Amino acid sequence: MALLQISEPGLSTLPHQHRLAVGIDLGTTNSLVATVRNGISVVLNDENGRAMLPSVVRYLADGSIAVGEAAQAMQSEDAANTIVSVKRFMGRGLKDVGEISRLPYRFADAASPFATSGGSGQGGMLQLRTVAGVKSPVEVSAEILKVLRSRAEAALGGELVGAVITVPAYFDDAQRQATKDAAKLAGLNVLRLLNEPTAAAIAYGLDNAAEGIYAVYDLGGGTFDISILRLSRGVFEVLAANGDSALGGDDFDQRIHCWLLEKNHLSALGPQDTRLLLTHARAAKEQLTEHAETRITAVLSNGEVIDNVLTRSEFHTLSQNLVQHTLQPLRRALRDAKLGVADIKGVVMVGGATRMPQVQHAVEEFFGQTPLTNLDPDKVVALGAAIQANLLAGNRSGDEWLLLDVIPLSLGIETMGGLAEKIIPRNSTIPTARAQEFTTYKDGQTAMSIHVVQGERELVSDCRSLAKFELRGIPAMVAGAARIRVTFQVDADGLLNVSAREMGSGVEAAVAVKPSYGLSDGEITRMLQESTQHAQDDMHARALREQQTEAEQLLEAVQHALEQDGKLLDQAERTRIETQMGLLRDTLQLADHLAIKRAATALNDATVSFAQARMDKSVAHVLTGKNIAELGEK
Amino acid sequence: MAITLTENAAKHVENFIAKRGKGVGLRIGVRTSGCSGMAYKLEFADELASDDLQFVSHGVTVLVDPKSLSYIDGMELDYTREGLNEGFKFNNPNVKNQCGCGESFGV
Repeated sequence: MALLQISEPGLSTLPHQHRLAVGIDLGTTNSLVATVRNGISVVLNDENGRAMLPSVVRYLADGSIAVGEAAQAMQSEDAANTIVSVKRFMGRGLKDVGEISRLPYRFADAASPFATSGGSGQGGMLQLRTVAGVKSPVEVSAEILKVLRSRAEAALGGELVGAVITVPAYFDDAQRQATKDAAKLAGLNVLRLLNEPTAAAIAYGLDNAAEGIYAVYDLGGGTFDISILRLSRGVFEVLAANGDSALGGDDFDQRIHCWLLEKNHLSALGPQDTRLLLTHARAAKEQLTEHAETRITAVLSNGEVIDNVLTRSEFHTLSQNLVQHTLQPLRRALRDAKLGVADIKGVVMVGGATRMPQVQHAVEEFFGQTPLTNLDPDKVVALGAAIQANLLAGNRSGDEWLLLDVIPLSLGIETMGGLAEKIIPRNSTIPTARAQEFTTYKDGQTAMSIHVVQGERELVSDCRSLAKFELRGIPAMVAGAARIRVTFQVDADGLLNVSAREMGSGVEAAVAVKPSYGLSDGEITRMLQESTQHAQDDMHARALREQQTEAEQLLEAVQHALEQDGKLLDQAERTRIETQMGLLRDTLQLADHLAIKRAATALNDATVSFAQARMDKSVAHVLTGKNIAELGEK
Repeated sequence: MAITLTENAAKHVENFIAKRGKGVGLRIGVRTSGCSGMAYKLEFADELASDDLQFVSHGVTVLVDPKSLSYIDGMELDYTREGLNEGFKFNNPNVKNQCGCGESFGV
């Protein structure tokens, strides 16, 4: 049977309604995928327990494609067909990428037939010639995303509703569009692109905090980014972004590598030895995060033995100017945002290189506060993206979350009897998608008219009509046998797509509308007020109906009494009663329950002495012919 | 009359509650829905309802409303890994049939 996850109180999903959504950190060096499981954001590992997928794609001559570690291992052997750091090429033309000659790839220029769909192709994105043909950066990125998607689907046991993919804050429209295209190519539905620093802030739950300005210090493998975010009313705004696209953890490895060369009086090594030493340098760097010193031993290809001890303080001295180098963009970002160090409420550390004590120390000193480091800096962006994806997919958690766009008025369709059936209730966060099944009303019905309406009222005539379309070609069946699935989908821009599909035959019809089009805030407010007034109207109608019934009963009773005991009244009194009856009959025609009530009370008052007389008469009637003794016995 | 957890399930529940930072236990119940009539409910519990039945299994408090209990009495909750997918599994002796994926069931 299916494996279940624990939900927040009151939020268990219905069967078959789990909305699997993931957050993807599509990084320059490494990529990760995360999801919210049992209320907690977790990174999904591959079969071997590895969370990070190296963002490396290798195209082989036989048409097969290797992604991740397998591709990375062949990086130097098959450099031309092994694409690393493809993120740098996303949405870029040849002229945007500097120092092409230093890269091992064979570039093809933009006017290739492989230009991607969407706007990005027009700008002339560069293309890479591989043994498997010309590839665009979008296609290469899609290969990475495909691997992450299948990893997520295997881990979650179902198809994904969608994904939130993170992009650097500085990505422009072309780069963002290229990322979206890559996701589409990988078969992923992009719920939203999220800025990487924002994702990190969400992972730390800063969105739940009060307003404030935060700095996100992201030192990755090969890039450094600093972002200044302002959180106001649950929404993050990027105030300033700066960085250095050629500074990262790898440069620290390089410093240790140079130190080793110097110590052992080595000059230019072959690529194999360089690789070996760099690997050792990296290990030493990681060791020094935990330990005060580390020993580096290696045997070079010529038999020479390397054996050195590197202390943390030596490493700090070696890398001091690299750390200092990151502070320059920091100052620039603050200056761009017109802020001082004192304005920063919190600092979030992202990227594996921020584990180095000297980096943390420098950041702490710069800001005068301890940066947030308790989440794994390699995973923090993916974790935040997963939280956002979970939210956007409609798996709402009870806590206060990011303030998102909501649908101002409910959206639904017309059903039999002119009633509006709501499919997406108002205040749903967008983007959202809901589906409901309907059926045919008559035997042999082959078409169905879908009337899309907006509003809170029960009757279609009181709601706003948005669109009408017909689903034709429904196979003739008895009434109620057809299953027509109507899906409402509202994207992040508020665009509504309605589609209807007969499940048996697969016939489909769809329409797209912009629900908020032409509706001002005032009109939305008016439509909402009408829905509450509607309740009052109902109450009035009911009160009127009740008064009318009561008055009719009263008139009937008085009429009856007049016929029976009219002789008890003198002419003046009889006229008075008849006048009041006439008045009450007249007010019955008016739709005013208060007037009816007043007239009825007047009639009642006019008949008091008449009623008294009738009472006396009936008492006298009962007593007539009976003596006192008889009465006394009773 | 009891609901039990396997040791592994209890360990994971404790973990999840600890990471979540609040919660008095685990609430298990059934609802009428799904293609085979009933569906399980598995939630964190933040408070006790007055008519809740309480079971303690391997140190984890399990809350069940009395109406649900008749459908799931004698059930054991397990935590398993199937391939890359992991989660809670209901071993319910009362189930007569269930839908393909097992998310909904009939008694």
